[in-house]
Amino acid sequence: MNPLSIVVRTVCDLFAWFMIVFGVNVLVHGYMTPGGGFQGGAITATFMAFLLVAYGGRKVLGWAKNALYDLFEEIGLLAFLLLALWGFPNSFFYNSFVKPFVGGEGMIVPECGTIALMSIAVGLEVVGALSLIILTMFRGIRMFQGSSLEMEIGHDR
Amino acid sequence: MKKTLFVVAAILLGALVLGAADNVHPFGDPGKAPMDDFFLADSLPNRSAENIVTAVVFDYRGFDTIGEAAVLFTALCSISVLFREGRKK
Amino acid sequence: MIANAPFFLVGLLFLAGLVTIFMEKNLIKIAIAIGIISSAVNLFLVALGYRAGGTIPIHYLAGEGTVMVLPTPQAMTLTAIVIALATTALLLSIIILLYRHYGTLNVDEIRRLRG
Repeated sequence: MNPLSIVVRTVCDLFAWFMIVFGVNVLVHGYMTPGGGFQGGAITATFMAFLLVAYGGRKVLGWAKNALYDLFEEIGLLAFLLLALWGFPNSFFYNSFVKPFVGGEGMIVPECGTIALMSIAVGLEVVGALSLIILTMFRGIRMFQGSSLEMEIGHDR
Repeated sequence: MKKTLFVVAAILLGALVLGAADNVHPFGDPGKAPMDDFFLADSLPNRSAENIVTAVVFDYRGFDTIGEAAVLFTALCSISVLFREGRKK
Repeated sequence: MIANAPFFLVGLLFLAGLVTIFMEKNLIKIAIAIGIISSAVNLFLVALGYRAGGTIPIHYLAGEGTVMVLPTPQAMTLTAIVIALATTALLLSIIILLYRHYGTLNVDEIRRLRG
């Protein structure tokens, strides 16, 4: 695939790295605002799709490493299982690290225990899995290199 | 002949689906919900969680979340298997 | 019927997706209709748990002593959306392989050719 025109490439340069920051913000503040692991992970995974559409397949497939997203997914799943087994003396998913909610003055950030750590682990796993799905599906349609490109509009070179 | 049969069956199916969707409890009044009232009253003193939806997903119903993470992993594995390149002879 | 407007809308969306699956000949349009059915069912699940005059179920965003909506259907909808995403990814991969093997996306012609 060839890269698209200069307008699409400029918009991608402006917005793609901002989307990672916004997605991580939604992910990490999952214990007090609406959001959490799954929602923030899905927002961060659209970074790979955006780069793939704007810059073409030849550049992105040479730049993206498969081993990094594999590492994200494996660490996310293992950390989630480890955190689930932490409260094993009491019950399976008990919320340890928690002092009961005292609620005095000067308490800006509420304490949450293992819920915040679990949502970060699930968010890591979702980012790795969705990025790998997009990259693998794009590698699979690469045999259509011989098809004609005159029907598609918007290309620049 | 087949077209008219399809149209009659579609109208009958439409009447059944719309009639069923209207006959659930009236909108805004779910009646008694004892499990959700227990979740709303118990999450702040005992579990110290502010976001109750996150507490339900990760703490009270944690086994469903393990199953969902497994489904994502299985989908990734099966897509990798489908797009494998064969050996070139 | 006007007071139950969200449930009425869910029925209309479900019907639109179902009729499209029966009547269409292109494989990609059938995949889009399956997505419409998923959206209708998720909307139904969230609309079931609404209390009149209720607020968001987060303790420090709502005030003291207010009625909150039910939090359990929202948690179920999160899981359902992620599972539908995995199903759609597999469905589109199988459509890519079908196009590579048969050369066409029409359902009638794929049924006529063999192998």
